[in-house]
Amino acid sequence: MGDLKQTPLFNVYSEHGGKVIDFGGWALPVQFSRIGEEHEAVRSKAGLFDVSHMGEFEVTGEQAEAFLQYMLTNDVTKLKVGGAQYTVMCYENGGTVDDLLVYKQGDNHFLLVVNASNIDKDFDWLQSHLTEGVTLRNISDETAQLALQGPKAEVILQKLTDLDLSTLSFFTFKENVDLRGVKALVSRTGYTGEDGFELYCHRDDVVQLWNMLIEEGKEEGLLPCGLGARDTLRFEAKLALYGQELTKDITPIEAGIGFAVKTDKEADFIGKDVLKQQKEEGAPRKLVGIEMIDKGIPRSHYQVYQGEALIGEVTTGTQSPTLKKNLGLALLNKEHATLGTEVDVHIRQKVLKAVVVKAPFYKRNA
Amino acid sequence: MNFPKDLRYSEEHEWVKVEEGNTVRIGITDFAQDELGDIVFVELPEVGDDISADEPFGSVESVKTVSELYAPISGKVVAINEDLDDSPELVNESAYEKAWMIVVEVSDTAEIDKLMTAEQYEEMTKED
Repeated sequence: MGDLKQTPLFNVYSEHGGKVIDFGGWALPVQFSRIGEEHEAVRSKAGLFDVSHMGEFEVTGEQAEAFLQYMLTNDVTKLKVGGAQYTVMCYENGGTVDDLLVYKQGDNHFLLVVNASNIDKDFDWLQSHLTEGVTLRNISDETAQLALQGPKAEVILQKLTDLDLSTLSFFTFKENVDLRGVKALVSRTGYTGEDGFELYCHRDDVVQLWNMLIEEGKEEGLLPCGLGARDTLRFEAKLALYGQELTKDITPIEAGIGFAVKTDKEADFIGKDVLKQQKEEGAPRKLVGIEMIDKGIPRSHYQVYQGEALIGEVTTGTQSPTLKKNLGLALLNKEHATLGTEVDVHIRQKVLKAVVVKAPFYKRNA
Repeated sequence: MNFPKDLRYSEEHEWVKVEEGNTVRIGITDFAQDELGDIVFVELPEVGDDISADEPFGSVESVKTVSELYAPISGKVVAINEDLDDSPELVNESAYEKAWMIVVEVSDTAEIDKLMTAEQYEEMTKED
């Protein structure tokens, strides 16, 4: 794995028994103990993830907001300083460039957090549309990120800071928070369906921050978690993963994240025509949950039929660690996407029955 | 990692235990279950099916992935472990005992001799 990129935490993984895999060119831990155990820790206690591979761009300047309003589907003008927003970047045809978070750090100062596998593509796309009065900077290399997730996340993080974390509501953040000597941007966001925080700091500080959280989290049952649990957690919560639920050929409306597409915002934005039409008339395909009736596990790209007719494909599937059911997310033609519809999933040489069910599969009790 | 001496091993990480008559019991190794992680589903052939050496005869699925099971030997399936249907986690807990997968009536016993010994298999896993 010599050619793979590493985060500053690479040498720490082995201390916790991390099993490292090639994840889109990055050497990252798929698991430390067992995926099921880590998953359960995040649902009932807490888990700590190294997500330093994620990309961060700084967008500044007098025209920064106008630029983002044109590049992104959500309404940036609704953000207050200290607020975060989930949003999407689309092509003209409505297909997805990436899904991302925008943080408003100042009136002319934004932070974009993008998927690791899309860093270069996103940067080029933004750069190619850059206007006067906007400065774009890729700060991915110097920025590290940890995700501290689960019902005990607040109690654990509170041990490191004087900032009263109970005042930090979902999708807000504070900059320059002193976490026992480490300066971090503390954001109440996540990708697991649980309460929790995403912590951004300088790459030189992240090992110290990781060790402090592991130590302080011990008595609360915190476990270091890998990408495996991150995937099953986000899957149960129906949070899209770029490359599966979202691609250049899938629009955010089809993927069921229309809440992040504000077609009634005043500004023009890339993809607006197609997305507006899909919102009003319904998209041709819809992302739904499926539950296997026959024995088998749906997986990415397995085809879904109704009788002889191909009606779509599975985007993600696994056995849900929380529910112990064989579940999938599938992008189906809309006429076959209603709840209760029976479908056939082609699993290798077999044709197995499944039924369209409600997703998300898991919602925490807020 | 456990490599029982009384078993033979295939390159595809199955173990083979020679039993009475011309039958062998087959499962996956401790090394394999550890690599796969939490096993959530095991798909086996039916009693009476013929299997051929190096051809897939079933699959094991972990939370993350699907892996084919490759027959270490040719023959006819005479028993399958139905406990794995409800308790696939047995593969993680007891790869060599409770999680045996199939019993096969071997068509050519010479194939058994081609399988690796515990020492050879252990050596192979270190090279991976």
